[in-house]
Amino acid sequence: MTMPQHSAMPLLEVDDLHVRLQTQRGPAEAVRGIGFTLERGETMGIVGESGCGKSITVQSLMGLLPSSAKVSGRIRFDGAELVGMAESELCRLRGNRIGMIFQEPMTALNPLHTIVRQIGEPLRLHRGMSAGQARKEVLALLERVGIPDPASRLDAYPHQFSGGQRQRIGIAMALACGPDLLIADEPTTALDVTIQKQILELIRGLVAERGMALILISHDLGVIAQNVSKMLVMYGGSVVEGGPTAAVFAERAHPYTQGLFGARPAIGAPRGLRLATIPGSVPELVDLPPGCPFAGRCRYTVDACRATRPPAVRLPHGHEVRCIRLDEIAAQEGAVPA
Amino acid sequence: MSAVPAAVPSAVAFKVPGFWRRAMHHPSFAIGAVLTLLLLAAALLSYVWTPWSPYEMDLPSKLQGPSAAHWLGTDSFGRDVASLLLVGARASILVGVIAVGIGLTVGTALGLLAAARRGWVEEAIMRLSDFTMAFPAILSAIMLTAVFGAGIVNAIIAIGIYNIPTFARITRASANAVWSREYVAAARACGKGSLAITMQHVLPNISAVLIVQTTIRFAIAILAEAALSYLGLGTQPPQPSWGRMLAEAQTLMFQAPLLAVFPGLAIALAVLGLNLLGDGLRDLLDPRLARAR
Repeated sequence: MTMPQHSAMPLLEVDDLHVRLQTQRGPAEAVRGIGFTLERGETMGIVGESGCGKSITVQSLMGLLPSSAKVSGRIRFDGAELVGMAESELCRLRGNRIGMIFQEPMTALNPLHTIVRQIGEPLRLHRGMSAGQARKEVLALLERVGIPDPASRLDAYPHQFSGGQRQRIGIAMALACGPDLLIADEPTTALDVTIQKQILELIRGLVAERGMALILISHDLGVIAQNVSKMLVMYGGSVVEGGPTAAVFAERAHPYTQGLFGARPAIGAPRGLRLATIPGSVPELVDLPPGCPFAGRCRYTVDACRATRPPAVRLPHGHEVRCIRLDEIAAQEGAVPA
Repeated sequence: MSAVPAAVPSAVAFKVPGFWRRAMHHPSFAIGAVLTLLLLAAALLSYVWTPWSPYEMDLPSKLQGPSAAHWLGTDSFGRDVASLLLVGARASILVGVIAVGIGLTVGTALGLLAAARRGWVEEAIMRLSDFTMAFPAILSAIMLTAVFGAGIVNAIIAIGIYNIPTFARITRASANAVWSREYVAAARACGKGSLAITMQHVLPNISAVLIVQTTIRFAIAILAEAALSYLGLGTQPPQPSWGRMLAEAQTLMFQAPLLAVFPGLAIALAVLGLNLLGDGLRDLLDPRLARAR
């Protein structure tokens, strides 16, 4: 691992990442050829519906996939190759230079341990702190993530906290060692809307203040719009559209992205108006056809779509779309404004 | 503070105020605890006091019924049955503690290893325990004693070996469930290795299952010791054992039926007590069942 040339190389470089999972119905290509780069301090969002491979992608970054999963491709984190890295070396990165926030704050904490012990664990593990030093550090972390009266709550158990507080504790745990990269896997899905806003503000503030890079997974376009500078839209294990958040939101070039935007409920829409849906359902990853993964549900599908995987088409502002029918779509969208 | 009345997890339950109060109102637990304590008390008492010497024969007063002098009568050698029962409790407890100890330590370690490593390690351990389980316990005990000679030590080892796969399977199944929990993923995301996760997260979270299983296995071990001694493969004379008392009483079934009743009753009560204790603990340590009451 080389430390010095910070500026030259991106923090995270993922190239042609494939993940094959063993399922009961046979092997499934959960991630098929994903690539992106993330600079230091850069924020990126991943959107897509359940089962599109978002979580699998970040779990492969952390090396948290089950051992039966086959990962191929390249994941370079600060110059070090993570694919095929020994478990002991991965352990040194996890919780230290890469932190992760989980979806379910109710289950992401061990019910049998006090929170000071759980948040202090990475500090003792990676920084070699004593219990007393870790305790002081945990107190500061809890204060930063907004637990009221943290000093009196250090020795409390997880069940004595509310869901939002537990998510704050989870954030404190991920941040303990001051990671370079923070991964948040749907951090607010299990929370109330008002708490969601507070948690996202907390994450945004911490990312800005510590200069961390952030990968935020969500199926909520609003969350993505407010929190990240660039985004990937995933479908059926591949990235169908990606680029700066503003460009993707403005262009919505891929028919799947259009479908996602069309399915958002709008405030002020007339009562009784049905939400737009994307016809069909998410394809099974086990028997996905060779061509474009969205071909079965897309109204622009032609035979060529089913033949081969569409190549990436470059649009202005570093915006990329994997669709071969962009011109026709643009023409039709122009004629009939969505 | 919006504290959620979440399920209080098992190992914490002992520390939670009200656990013992709740326990005392749980009939199975209370009765089981009393019977188990009686068993322990009998064994402990036998070290300091017995009404008569359990080894001293008194042929003139053999096969007496219960009386003021011999509370539970005398056996065919004129030994005091009450004294024999008290000392016999030692053998039952010794076998229970050591045999279950072997099963608990080795079996739990194997189960934890299987759950932590998965893959071929898990496969090998589990197939090996299937293989061991396929032999009936008594049969393998007879085999062992046939090879190494009869005696309480070999009986303990035989019963202990039989306990290993049981604990290995239960541990692996419960540990696999814990490994799939999100807090284990969170611990891994913190950079913890498998050993640390096993000791800090998996083992404490399956402790309730293991505690319950230990009491139930203890009862089975007492039964197995009695069975082996009855067959002449366990405790050797003159060391008293409930199983041997039953075997000796069997030939005198028609002259002195009470001789079989007392050790039979002792075995039954000890096993019943431990089973009730295990049942009660299972309910008390499981927050869902505890609340349902």
